[in-house]
Amino acid sequence: MNELGLLVGSPSPRRVGRVLTYRKAAVVSLLFPPTGIASMYYSLKSAGLARKGEVEPAREAGGKARDWAWYSVGIGLTVYVIAFMAYVLFNNDGAVRIVFFAWSILSDRRSWVSLLKGFWINVQVFMITEVIVLVWALVVAIVRLLPGKACRPIRFLATLYVDVFRAIPALLVVSLIGLGFLQAKVPLAGDLSDMQYVILALTLTYGAYVSEVYRAGIESVHWGQLAAARSLGLSYSQSLRHVVVPQAVRRVVAPLLNDFIGLQKDTAIISFIGVLDVVARARFINNSKGTLAGYSMAAMLFLLVTIPFTRWLEWLQRRTQNRTQGGR
Amino acid sequence: MSFLEIRDVHKFFGEAHILRGIDLDVELHQVVCLIGASGSGKSTLLRCINALEIIDQGMIRIDGERCSGSGIDVDALRQEIGIVFQSFNLFPHMSVLDNITLAPRKVLRIPMDEAEDRALQLLARIGLADKARDYPDRLSGGQQQRVAIVRALAMEPRLMLLDEITSALDPELVAEVLNIVRDLARDGMTMMLATHEMHFAKEVASKVCFLHEGVILEEGPPEQIFGDPTEERTQAFLKRIIDAGRL
Ligand SMILES: Nc1ncnc2c1ncn2[C@@H]1O[C@H](COP(=O)(O)OP(=O)(O)OP(=O)(O)O)[C@@H](O)[C@H]1O
Ligand SMILES: [Mg+2]
Repeated sequence: MNELGLLVGSPSPRRVGRVLTYRKAAVVSLLFPPTGIASMYYSLKSAGLARKGEVEPAREAGGKARDWAWYSVGIGLTVYVIAFMAYVLFNNDGAVRIVFFAWSILSDRRSWVSLLKGFWINVQVFMITEVIVLVWALVVAIVRLLPGKACRPIRFLATLYVDVFRAIPALLVVSLIGLGFLQAKVPLAGDLSDMQYVILALTLTYGAYVSEVYRAGIESVHWGQLAAARSLGLSYSQSLRHVVVPQAVRRVVAPLLNDFIGLQKDTAIISFIGVLDVVARARFINNSKGTLAGYSMAAMLFLLVTIPFTRWLEWLQRRTQNRTQGGR
Repeated sequence: MSFLEIRDVHKFFGEAHILRGIDLDVELHQVVCLIGASGSGKSTLLRCINALEIIDQGMIRIDGERCSGSGIDVDALRQEIGIVFQSFNLFPHMSVLDNITLAPRKVLRIPMDEAEDRALQLLARIGLADKARDYPDRLSGGQQQRVAIVRALAMEPRLMLLDEITSALDPELVAEVLNIVRDLARDGMTMMLATHEMHFAKEVASKVCFLHEGVILEEGPPEQIFGDPTEERTQAFLKRIIDAGRL
């Protein structure tokens, strides 16, 4: 004992923690026996060794028990989910399989060709919209962040736009613009193609969302960066362009990507205003064949585009990160 | 007429009256050190001079030209006045070379290769030529701060403002940064520095100003301020510094 009354170095050696045998985890993991048994085996072994006072080997066995318990969770869940899906698929004399995955339709080349034609429209719409949104949303975000009293009215305008278009469902915006503008011969935009209306509507909706993403990114850049840029004589817009925005964009790639995947899926809305996109064509197939296989096929097409797109962007992000952080 | 004239400058942050009538003259080639307790307004004063903060009252003139108040060209003003911050503020998404050449290229419209040549010369002078292609986060704090100084120098300013540029550095890195400032002083660069490095202030300053609650309470040559301060508050401040073993 020292003056403070604390045990600084007690005479008999003290153990740091007990031996962990992970018994409960092992018991639960028995729900999936192939790996659960291994977990249980190591757990018991660990307990036995601990009783004999062989602490180090006991801890090692305990660690293995834990690893096998985690394998049980992961592999077990996968196996059971797949088994359940197979059960659903083949139950009721395979009714589910026929409704969703009718082979006669899935193997029909003409259906695929028709769907692909429709899907090409979706792809065009989201590719063009994404490029426009990328620029438009940045403009809106920058306007919302303009400093000074003189800019208050234009800031207000931008805020109003964002509030309004984030509040209205995309379906309504597309319907109102896509059907209404033509009918009402709206000045400047009374005579566009269906696709142009759709692009306009989706740009307005997603521009509002994405501008908020940009805004968060810009605000997350430390104000000292702007001060440093301005103090070198760069103008406000030069500072944004060369210093603030590049850093902001790097930080918001992930949420930006999220919104774009949302946009890609939302192109399905255009079938509501009579554009023959993939969903409209899928509905046609369904109606003529009395299944839902058309929708399943359309879903596959979306998967086929969205997943590689996600991976590609993640890869891109990692690469720029490595570059700016000098490989660290 | 002095090179830099500061007349009765006031600055408010909301209700808080931070600068309460600053008067100061800086001659060409002078090195003026601002000392004073934390919160006395040293940084604020420096930031007012290059218009990073807008002053609420008073007048600042450089070479007789008004450079405060409405209608001034702040971008042009800042080309004349370099500032270096405590926290370096290098641009993390650009290489060292790009950090230095950005403003010369975009503001002075100097061609790329010429700007890079000059940047490399400057880097060589501070012994960092081999770091030109590195990103700032690969550099030590001292190296980053030296790059920040060079970045400001690349605009060939007539006045340099240094705001506690060694405060964020490990003690062993302070010397390498101060050496550059010493060189600049020897070359005749006009400078104003806010600093807690009293030894250094004593050594390089032509004039030392003691700031207290937003006014310059006492100013004079370093021998006088450090050796024989007349104001009671200056004496108290220096006593605290000496007690802390920093002078
Ligand atoms: N942007 C701001 N908004 C509100 N108050 C501020 C702002 N900047 C500075 N102040 C206040 O002004 C006062 C002076 O700050 P300043 O940074 O100039 O002090 P300083 O002398 O540089 O201190 P230090 O030695 O700690 O750097 C402080 O009380 C600070 O809280
Ligand atoms: Mg300060």
